[in-house]
Amino acid sequence: MIEDLFSTTVLVGILASGIRLATPYLYAAIGETFGQRSGVLNLGVDGQMLLGAFAAFYVALTYQNLWLGILAAIIVGGLMGLAMAYVTVNLQAQQGISGIGFYLFGLGMSDLLFQKLLGTVETVRGFPSLYIPFLSDIPFLGDIFFRQNILVYLAYLLVPLAWFVMNKTTLGLKIRAVGENPEAADSLGVSVARVRYFSIILGGMLSGVAGASMSIALLNVFQQNMTSGLGFIAVALVYFGGWRPGGVLLGALLFSMVNALQLWIQVKGIQIPSDFAVMMPYVLTILVLVLAVQRVRPPSALTKPFERES
Amino acid sequence: MAQVEKRVPGTERIQTVEMRGITKRFPGVLANDKVDFDVRAGEVHALLGENGAGKSTLMKILYGMYAPDEGEILINDTHVEIHSPTDAIQYGIGMIHQHFMLVETLTVTENVALGLPSSRGLLTDLDAVSKRIRELAQVYGLQVDPNAYIWQLAVGQRQRVEIIKALYRGADLLILDEPTAVLTPQEVDEFFATIRQMVAEGHAIIFISHKLHEVLAISQRVTVLRDGKRVASRETAGCTKADLARMMVGREIRVMPEKPPAQVGDVMLELRQVQAQSDLGTAGLKGVSLQVYAGEILGLAGVSGNGQRELAQVVCGLRPITSGRVLLKNEDVTGMLPGELTKRMLAYIPEERMKDAMIQQFTVCENIILRDHNKPPYAQRGFLRHNIIGEYTDKLIQYFKVKTPSRDTQARHLSGGNIQKVVLARELSRQPRVLVAAQPTRGLDIGATEYVHNRLIEERQKGTAILLISEDLDEILALSDRIAVIYEGKIMGVVNRQEATAEQLGLLMAGVKEELTPA
Repeated sequence: MIEDLFSTTVLVGILASGIRLATPYLYAAIGETFGQRSGVLNLGVDGQMLLGAFAAFYVALTYQNLWLGILAAIIVGGLMGLAMAYVTVNLQAQQGISGIGFYLFGLGMSDLLFQKLLGTVETVRGFPSLYIPFLSDIPFLGDIFFRQNILVYLAYLLVPLAWFVMNKTTLGLKIRAVGENPEAADSLGVSVARVRYFSIILGGMLSGVAGASMSIALLNVFQQNMTSGLGFIAVALVYFGGWRPGGVLLGALLFSMVNALQLWIQVKGIQIPSDFAVMMPYVLTILVLVLAVQRVRPPSALTKPFERES
Repeated sequence: MAQVEKRVPGTERIQTVEMRGITKRFPGVLANDKVDFDVRAGEVHALLGENGAGKSTLMKILYGMYAPDEGEILINDTHVEIHSPTDAIQYGIGMIHQHFMLVETLTVTENVALGLPSSRGLLTDLDAVSKRIRELAQVYGLQVDPNAYIWQLAVGQRQRVEIIKALYRGADLLILDEPTAVLTPQEVDEFFATIRQMVAEGHAIIFISHKLHEVLAISQRVTVLRDGKRVASRETAGCTKADLARMMVGREIRVMPEKPPAQVGDVMLELRQVQAQSDLGTAGLKGVSLQVYAGEILGLAGVSGNGQRELAQVVCGLRPITSGRVLLKNEDVTGMLPGELTKRMLAYIPEERMKDAMIQQFTVCENIILRDHNKPPYAQRGFLRHNIIGEYTDKLIQYFKVKTPSRDTQARHLSGGNIQKVVLARELSRQPRVLVAAQPTRGLDIGATEYVHNRLIEERQKGTAILLISEDLDEILALSDRIAVIYEGKIMGVVNRQEATAEQLGLLMAGVKEELTPA
C-alpha cells in the first residue's frame, strides 16, 4: 500500500490537499506575525479562530451569503483582538496567561453559541473551487495549485502582501521598531499603544478569517473545538518562520503537507494506529521548534508591556 | 527633502531657551528646586553635578519626558508648553540619551526615518533619507554607513547615529546626556570636533557631565547643580577643576586617592588562553591570558562590550569556558561552579549590582549572608539563626558605614551607593584572596566612589589580588598598579601604571597596537 504513495494520482491528491490545508495556518500565522513583530504574543489565536469559524458559519447559513460570513468572522476576530489589545496594552497583563484566557473564552463561547443557536450539526455549501483559466489545465500543477477555492488563493496572496507591508511601508517600520525597542520608537513620537492595537486587531481579524476558512471553505461544517489546537500551531509557525511571512509560508506548507499525508494514511487504513498518524503534525511542531528557536532571535520586546516612565 | 521643518507658529530657529524656576518633586525627593537655566545658539552650556543632583530630571523636563510641578520654559522669549518628546522635537530640541534610543535590528536609515512622515506617503522613502544622512555626515564629520544595521556598529558610531537622528529632525538645540562615558579618548576628541562644528553652525548644545576636564575643554558656560538646586552659573573660562569640584560636592575632594607602594606577592589568579562565547554566541573572549598577583590591582581597561563582562563571568564561574584554563593560587579551577570558587575565597563585585549582586526583595541581613547562609554560625541543622545573623549584619553595617533604616530593610530601598556598600561588606568580610571588581563605581556619586576606591586600596594592602574592570579610564589610572587593555576579546597589552599614558591606553582601547614595553 505504501507504494500507492508514489503513484501520481495519489501524490497530486496529497499535494493539492496540502496546499488547501495550509490556508487556515497562513491566515492565523500571518496575523500572529504582525502581533508578535509589534511585541505582543497572542496565545488566544485558537479561540479567535473558533469564534470566527462559528460567526462565519452561522451568518453564512442564516443569510445564505458566504462573503457576509467572512465579514462576520473579521468583525468577531477584530473584537477579540481589541479585547486582547486592551488587556495587554492598557492593563499590561502577562501576555501568555491572558492569551490562554482568551483561548478558553473563544473555545467555550463558540460552543455555547453553537448549542444555543444551532444545536444540530448542519452543513453549508462553502466557497466552490475556482478554476483559474488555462493554468488549471496544466497537467498535475493545475490540479495541485489552480483548482482551489478563493480563500486559498487569498491566503497565498497574503504572504507577499504581508512582506510588503512589513518591509516597505512606514507602518511596517513602526511595527518592527515597536516590537524591538518601544522606548526608542516612543522617543521619536511613535505611539507604541496605537501600533500594538493595530497589530493585535489585525491579527484577530486574520484569525477570524482563518476560522472561517475552515467552517465555510474547507470543511463546511461547524463543530465544537473544530480547530483542535490549530491556532497554537500557528503561533509555533511564527517562531518557526523566524517572524517573516516567507518563513511562515514554508512552515505552514510543511505542516499541512504532513497533515495531508497523515489523512491519507488514515483513509487508506495503513496499519499504524490512527492516533500516531494524528500525532504527526504535533510531534513535528515540537521537533521543529526545538531546532528553529536556536536559529533566529525573537523581537526583543516580545511579551514585554511598555510603560512610559514619568 | 523629507526633513521636518514643522515649527509651532511664530517660532523660527532657536536663539535662546530659558527654563525659569523649575521645580519637580518625586515621591520623597525634591529633584529640582526652583532651577533657572538657559542656553543660547552658538554655545555649549555644560550642566555639571553628581549623580542624583537633578541634571537628568531637568533635561527630561525640557525634552517633554517629565512635566514640571512649577516653572516655565521659554523659547526665543516666548512661553512654550512641552508635553512630550514629539513636542520638543517640533520646537527644534533634540536629546541624545545616555542609553541610546536605537532599534538594533533596523538599519541606520530606518532608525532615522522612524516616526517621520514619508515623501512617498504610506511607503518608506529610505533612499531619500539615506542621501540626506550622507549630506549631514559630510557637514558634521559624522561618518557612518546608512545601510549598516545598528547591531553591527560600535558604540561611538551608534552615538553618531543618534546625533544624525536629532539633526535630521531639525534640532537646533541638542541635549547630550553624559555623551563621553562610552567613548575612548580618541573618540572623545573626534566627538568634540563635531560639537564645535555644530556650534559654529549656530546650534545650541547642553552638555551634561560629571567629568570636570571635559567640561573645561568644551563648554563656554557651566551651571552646577547640587541636591536639585542650582549652585552656580558662570563662564567656563577662568574656572579651575578645583572650583568646579568644590561647587559640585560642596567640599574639597581628593581627586586621586593616595596609594602606598604595592607589596606584590605570588600569582593568585591566572588565565591561560581563555576562550568563551558571548551572549550572542559569537566569540567573546579570544584567548585571554592574564596574571594577577597578591597585593596588586590589575586594571582592565577597554571600551564597553569588548569582553569585560565575559571575562568577569568566566573567572567567577558564571560562564563556561570553551578552551583555556583558569587557575586560582596555582590550582586549576576551570569549569568550577561559583559555590566551589566561593570556598576558595574568590570574591566578586558584579557590574549590575541591582541584578547580580543582590536580591532586591531580601533584607540587608539576608543579602549579607547570601554566600554563607547555609554554614555555621549563620545556620545550624538547616535553621537560620537570626540573632547571630542580625548581630553580624549590624557589625558590618557599622564598619562599612551603610546608611540603612535598619538591617531588616529590603535592599531595593537603599541608594546605589549603599547597596554597593552592602555588596562590599559581604564580599570583603569573607577575607578573599582574589577579588574581581566589575565597574564597582558605575553610577555612584563622588562620595560613594571615593569610599569604594579606598576600600579597594585597603584590600590591596591586605594582600588581596584585585582584578579591577572599569570603563572609566580615570578610575583605572587612579587605582591600578598594572593596566591591561582589552579589545574585541583580546588583551592588547599590559603596562605598568607608571609608564602608562591616557593617550597610549586610548590607542590600545581602539585596537591600535604599537610597541610597548612589556610589564
